[in-house]
Amino acid sequence: MARATDEIEDLIALMARLPGLGPRSARRAVLHLIRKRGALMAPLAATMAHVAETARECARCGNIAAGDICDICANPARTGTEICVVEDVADLWAMERGQAFKGRYHVLGGTLSALDAIGPEDLGIPKLLERIASEGVSEVILALNATVDGQTTAHYIADALEGRGVTVTSLAQGVPIGGELDYLDDGTIQAALRARKRF
Amino acid sequence: MQWRDEGTILSVRPHGETSAIVEVFTAGHGRHLGVVRGGASRRQAAVLQPGSRVAMDWRARLDEHIGAAVIEPLASRAGVLSDRMALLGLNAVCSILSFSLPEREPHPALFAMTEPLFDAFGAAQEGWPLAYLRWELGVLEELGYGLDLTSCAATGTREDLAYVSPRSGRAVSQAGAGDWAARLLPLPACLLGQGPATPDELRQGLVLTGYFLEHHLAPDLGTRPLPEARARLVAALERLAPPAG
Repeated sequence: MARATDEIEDLIALMARLPGLGPRSARRAVLHLIRKRGALMAPLAATMAHVAETARECARCGNIAAGDICDICANPARTGTEICVVEDVADLWAMERGQAFKGRYHVLGGTLSALDAIGPEDLGIPKLLERIASEGVSEVILALNATVDGQTTAHYIADALEGRGVTVTSLAQGVPIGGELDYLDDGTIQAALRARKRF
Repeated sequence: MQWRDEGTILSVRPHGETSAIVEVFTAGHGRHLGVVRGGASRRQAAVLQPGSRVAMDWRARLDEHIGAAVIEPLASRAGVLSDRMALLGLNAVCSILSFSLPEREPHPALFAMTEPLFDAFGAAQEGWPLAYLRWELGVLEELGYGLDLTSCAATGTREDLAYVSPRSGRAVSQAGAGDWAARLLPLPACLLGQGPATPDELRQGLVLTGYFLEHHLAPDLGTRPLPEARARLVAALERLAPPAG
């Protein structure tokens, strides 16, 4: 295969490190960008440079922000008495897509892991406890993954919040929208049955 | 090389973007790893959870390769997710097995002890803490650090056994301990098969097994400390029933 210039090869190598891309798809993407230099590559490069310059972690919740505080924490219309605890920023974005939650968030940055020796101090748990004490929070919603590590973390946080005067809730587990029982795993069916409600 | 076995998943780690490396405690092949293609998919996520009972098809061109594994669910044990204590127990068992067992060495007796414990976690059965304590004794026994609780190391008597020597792991009777009692580890009656365990006995038992795991087993395995998951379980059990007095 003919080699592009060194700079383009470097760009392909960098693109190939992105999730979802391999060397061949990175090469295709770079070729597409070069063909659309003015319309796509230049604005993309400028935007990436700007985001690289300004993006940082929100000092309050751990979300990605353009300044010290993210838009959600800075928004006065958001309910300050409810905090939704999520594992990472991707989960926060997923919750925001649902447009159902009007409170604020707290991003842990991972979950407790017995095998990887990730403890509470490695996550944003101490900071969460500080926020609850200082921001007058009345409800903490644990929106953590329904995995062993996710639920271990949820139970740990629930324990840590005991006696602090806040209501601790968690997302329901069960049949997803559009889900067919025949295709559900045993664990989900068990959880759904345990969480059944009057119809 | 190819085989099929049954076992329980101990851990799952991402491998690239789409695959996972799964660690399974199997009946006939011990603690074994394998790469599961597509293991990072949402479809596999519910199956590839620590504690799931699975069938593992493993194949590799050479025996020393990590190999490719195909995992089929046999029982999910997902009930553990809603039970805080059982979840801590599951984490402790998985991490101790992962920490202490050599790879690819069958331990059928330990496997036979471990599966009912996993089942107890999954079904949120009561009374599993005593089973867990006995399981830790079983781990020590299986790996060559077994305690001899049959007779007193000092007098030979089988009666009134009350302590364990931290050096030899042998039981010592009340009379045989004499002035050395303060330097010995208390031996709870529940480990001698004498009735159900009280919270204090459980605590003493976990101190006893913890001592041998930490001071005898762990140093022989390198410089890694005992998994934090065990300490979390012990702390949670203590919170449930604080020491008397």
